[in-house]
Amino acid sequence: MNYLYVCMFLMFLTTYLIRVIPIGFVRRKMENLWIQDFIYYIPFCVLSAMTFPDVLYSTTATGVEPHISVSAVVATAVAIIMAWRKRGLVLVAIVAVLVAIAVELIMPVLF
Amino acid sequence: MNEFVRGLKRGFPICLGYIPVSFTFGLIAVKMGFTPLQATVISLTNMASAGQFAGIRLIEGGAPYIELIVTTFVINLRYFLMSLSLSQKVSPELPFYKRAIMAYCITDEVFALAAMEPEEVSFPFFGGLMTTPILGWTTGTLLGAIASNLLSPMLQGCMGIALYCMFIAIIIPPARKSRKVALAVVIAAALSCIFKYVPGINTLSKVGGGGWAIITAAILGAAICATIKEVKRRRKAAAAAIAIERRDA
Repeated sequence: MNYLYVCMFLMFLTTYLIRVIPIGFVRRKMENLWIQDFIYYIPFCVLSAMTFPDVLYSTTATGVEPHISVSAVVATAVAIIMAWRKRGLVLVAIVAVLVAIAVELIMPVLF
Repeated sequence: MNEFVRGLKRGFPICLGYIPVSFTFGLIAVKMGFTPLQATVISLTNMASAGQFAGIRLIEGGAPYIELIVTTFVINLRYFLMSLSLSQKVSPELPFYKRAIMAYCITDEVFALAAMEPEEVSFPFFGGLMTTPILGWTTGTLLGAIASNLLSPMLQGCMGIALYCMFIAIIIPPARKSRKVALAVVIAAALSCIFKYVPGINTLSKVGGGGWAIITAAILGAAICATIKEVKRRRKAAAAAIAIERRDA
């Protein structure tokens, strides 16, 4: 039982320290233009690297080894098109989930 | 106060997006033997999707403390970059305790919205921004934990795509507007794929729950884009210098 609570505390501590150290202690505005650009591109790069290619594996049913599935590919394509047309975050996410569910339901009927 | 309300409004879509993801987390945590309360406390204290999923998997397997710390560290290291980026967007005079409160909720989505702010990010704005996502993340976990076993594995699986599609909806519109951002998005995605699929290099994505691969791809991608810009800047400066020389001659 103790093991669990120590673990929970360690998870919290590690995650929080990572977050608090930079913003808590870096007060100087960075002057270097390269560093400014680097920091400007970081959010886009982090989100993009997290999303691709993992999104294609993201509809795998729980308890199954993650694999690329048709439902994820179709839903991702729909999400990209909707995002391109500047639809909101929630709408894009909800429609993508519904598309994925629809494909998962239709696939066994077709094949 | 106005800023706080504006933050609340901006953050609300994130709250909605968090519910299915945290719901899934609650569901899985309970299946692994955590109580709904424990799952909710983990969500409340971590506010980190991938880190939490990996964490409970390790705890369930009885992993040693050091492994838990290292894995959590690697998966969440991206928050370090986000926090560093945010440190440049807040007033240098902002006191430590306010920074410490903001730090708690530097999640991918909250950060993304804060980073897209054209102006300085104020404490009330960020406070508003983080309020509903925290509520959504914790109540979603609790609901998922309670509703465990009601959803089929297929439905549970399909909900996993929600988070990624939010990321897509965050990065595509600015990429459409700016070719430089589009290039950054493509380079980072390509590097991430290389780290996952190219034999030899793909060992990177197998350690630390994929955390290293993401961080390396992001750092390399941003460094490449910043360097391209630097080169262009220097060329421009050189061209301008030549133009001035010619004019003077």
